Amino acid sequence: MAGKTLYDKLWDAHVVEQRDDGSALLYIDRHLIHEVTSPQAFEGLHIAGREFWRKEANLATPDHNVPTTSSEREQGIEGIVDPISRLQVQTLDNNCNKHNIVQLGMMDNRQGIVHVVGPEQGFTQPGMTIVCGDSHTSTHGAMGALAQGIGTSEVEHVMTTQCLVQKKMKNMLIRIDGILAEGVTAKDVVLYVIGKIGTSGGTGHTIEFGGEVIRNLSMEGRMTICNMSIEAGARAGLVSVDETTISYLKDKPLAPKGEDWEKACSYWRTLVSDDDAQFDTVVEIDAADIAPQVSWGTSPEMVVGVDDAVPVIENGKTETQKESIKLALEYMGLNGGEKITDIRLDKIFIGSCTNSRIEDLRLAAATVKGKKVSPDIKLAMVVPGSGLVKFQAEQEGLDVIFREAGFEWREPGCSMCLAMNADKLEPGERCASTSNRNFEGRQGFGGRTHLVSPQMAAAAAIEGHFVNIQNWNKEA
Amino acid sequence: MEAITIHEGIVVPLDRANVDTDLIIPKQFLKSIKRTGFGPNLFDQLRYLDEGQPGQDNSARPINPDFVLNRQRYQSGSVLLARENFGCGSSREHAPWALTDYGFRVIIAPSYADIFYNNCFKNGLLPIALDSEVVARLFKETEKHSGYRLKIDLDQQIIVEPNGNQISFEIDSFRKHCLLNGLDDIGMTLEKADKISAYEQKRKQQLPWQF
Ligand code: SF4
Repeated sequence: MAGKTLYDKLWDAHVVEQRDDGSALLYIDRHLIHEVTSPQAFEGLHIAGREFWRKEANLATPDHNVPTTSSEREQGIEGIVDPISRLQVQTLDNNCNKHNIVQLGMMDNRQGIVHVVGPEQGFTQPGMTIVCGDSHTSTHGAMGALAQGIGTSEVEHVMTTQCLVQKKMKNMLIRIDGILAEGVTAKDVVLYVIGKIGTSGGTGHTIEFGGEVIRNLSMEGRMTICNMSIEAGARAGLVSVDETTISYLKDKPLAPKGEDWEKACSYWRTLVSDDDAQFDTVVEIDAADIAPQVSWGTSPEMVVGVDDAVPVIENGKTETQKESIKLALEYMGLNGGEKITDIRLDKIFIGSCTNSRIEDLRLAAATVKGKKVSPDIKLAMVVPGSGLVKFQAEQEGLDVIFREAGFEWREPGCSMCLAMNADKLEPGERCASTSNRNFEGRQGFGGRTHLVSPQMAAAAAIEGHFVNIQNWNKEA
Repeated sequence: MEAITIHEGIVVPLDRANVDTDLIIPKQFLKSIKRTGFGPNLFDQLRYLDEGQPGQDNSARPINPDFVLNRQRYQSGSVLLARENFGCGSSREHAPWALTDYGFRVIIAPSYADIFYNNCFKNGLLPIALDSEVVARLFKETEKHSGYRLKIDLDQQIIVEPNGNQISFEIDSFRKHCLLNGLDDIGMTLEKADKISAYEQKRKQQLPWQF
């Protein structure tokens, strides 16, 4: 019998009941809650007169709507200027109080983006099934957990039954072998992968990322990659457990302790794809082919290496593709054919659940240290992923480096990743962003987003346009 | 949830691949704590020329006359025809809420993003996947004939064109059953409460630190 993939193992361990039609009732170990996708689920619960199945399996934190300036933040929920945002954050607070759900509220120093907070607290662990009403739940797959985004109806379903009805996906392996060049990060790897397989390349699959490159990455880097599995069309991304995973979890506040820790570690070590496991699809990538990436269009698959040029309409292979390129160029205010390094920027955003962990901030800070943000840049901001990341960064003096360079140093939250709070692009403004989506209007109505790594965003802030971090490092 | 058995309606062609959830309903409308009222802002960025805000009077806003929902011949359409990878992006259920609130009951496209596809079924919206050549042909038909309608028979799993031609489609049996009967799957899962508890007991023994 062929061996099992990690996904097979995680799936099999969570089937409560297999149904005849191929779907299964799947047990869910952990549920993360934020303010945007939960109010209607709580409302559903109240209307039906139902209760939570297992409260301890839930953890809530507000992130999408919270303001990131300390002045607005200081006054707590009442201080949120936008009344609709305030109501949403308040509703989460009320709902958590009513149902006794643990919430790292807006004033808690552990508050942050759910996908940064979950791993950081050790709430999400290897071998678990993890869900959240948010597509970037795939992030937690870096831990060797089956983590998926769900809709609000499913949020309500998990709240009341601790289960989901699902069909098993197919297995996909993306193996990246070799050694990454200097200046190429996890973000470049995942953007490159999406450019290769397309935004629907992983649809219907769970993607496991493997190979030498992944093994050599830190947990932060692995989270960056799994985070964007959804941009490749896959609901879940995975990385097999190894010693990197285990040392990351050691001493996390909610990680198992004492005897449990030992037991957990020996179980976690089994959470790898077997050598003879069969994958339905295998994609092989050579690390040497990956340059620092920059997205040029309005879909994450519209990405090229920094030394390349923006595509022209004729590059499209089909009529639909040509039409997509045309629409994207129009929206992005590009003609096609221009060099990426000639693209000038208005704003810089370093943050989001893709790239707001301590390692990201360290890399960005090292890039800007002792330099000044270009006068052409209207705003350059750094938004840490959580209160704890912010604290750690301040301990290391990163905030000072950023401030001295001319960056704004903000309070944790989603911020300009999707611009639900006051942080947004104005129509026509162009932004180098470390976030995950460059959809039309994502960072503000008419705003233009280029997705890049933290170093690439940082260097672009200094120069006012994109540069290849690889050469730039040498000149500096 | 409203059941679907047979639905017939005007087809609205949205000729664009990778329509993402931000395009279906922009984020400023996600601040609502309700499930309804999103219809007037469906495809807001494409439909209007300015940036919409929640609670605004849309009748006073400049509309984009070229956008398909604003064209006279597609008024009161309820079958949305779209291209590849429809609904990609976020998990927000506001996307199907906005589509149903506007009046759509059926979507026809070559492919869908997984989470969106799944969310449709929870909200009485039927997403049908057809070969891209068939979808391309339906786009042509829709453009050719004003008032082009399709009849969708979920039980039989067929789409009937005005000339009587039938196109069959696939759908998973559990989802079909729920949609045909407008069933709430939470209630169905709760009938398995004993099994869920038994599973938990077993896991507690094996992996005590998870509980
Ligand atoms: S940071 Fe961006 S992508 Fe991540 S959860 Fe927040 S809004 Fe979503």
